[in-house]
Amino acid sequence: MACFIVPGTEAIVTTIATKIIKSKEKEEVLHITNHEGAIEEVTKVSFSTKLGWLNKMLWGGSALLAFEHVWHGEVVPFSPFLTAIENGETAEMLAEMGSAGVMMAVLVTTVWAGMLVVSSVIEKRAINEAKSVEEI
Amino acid sequence: MTLLTTVFAAIISTVIWYKGAPNSEMKIGTLCWMYWGASIMWFIDAVFEYGEMGAEFFTPEPASMLNDLYLGLSVVALGLVIWLVILLIKDPKGVVKAALFKKI
Repeated sequence: MACFIVPGTEAIVTTIATKIIKSKEKEEVLHITNHEGAIEEVTKVSFSTKLGWLNKMLWGGSALLAFEHVWHGEVVPFSPFLTAIENGETAEMLAEMGSAGVMMAVLVTTVWAGMLVVSSVIEKRAINEAKSVEEI
Repeated sequence: MTLLTTVFAAIISTVIWYKGAPNSEMKIGTLCWMYWGASIMWFIDAVFEYGEMGAEFFTPEPASMLNDLYLGLSVVALGLVIWLVILLIKDPKGVVKAALFKKI
């Protein structure tokens, strides 16, 4: 009905947050080992860039899902834009947004959080490898 | 079928991204995020549909399956169009800029 509105709204919030965080961030220079085992100086991927991953998933997913709703005639190009409202099914639509829509936003965010954990582990491993090489 | 089509698009675009990384200038990463985001959302949609239909969810009518495939392919095409617009606007290789200006 209109579940894509929930992740779409989250996308607006995270995009604003990204802009604010990006303006306050500073570059962090580190030493890591590359795939050939040599040490190189690099800058760490900023949190705003990582938040950008979430933005792209939310914006892209919402846009493609919105298209599916247009395909099924649930979203129309004239007011009130949602056929559920026109047909007096507003309560059902809100219930669907509260269940499927919220679950979509939560799962996308959970997957992104999982990726943050994995990327943090990879970063720490690369830094520790470089430290051990430097000590030798 | 829509979920399956989008998941395959996400996998293929991720493989292409990995092959060109880290010096990819084609913004394939944007395409990957878009398809993965849509795949996750359609997965939730499928879970709710399974909750309503039960095992019947896995045995769709051929006409419904064909329509879903048609939708899935249209979604993939729309994703490609969005990616292409982003690529041309951001123009990481400066191709559009070079086409608009001539060296004297």
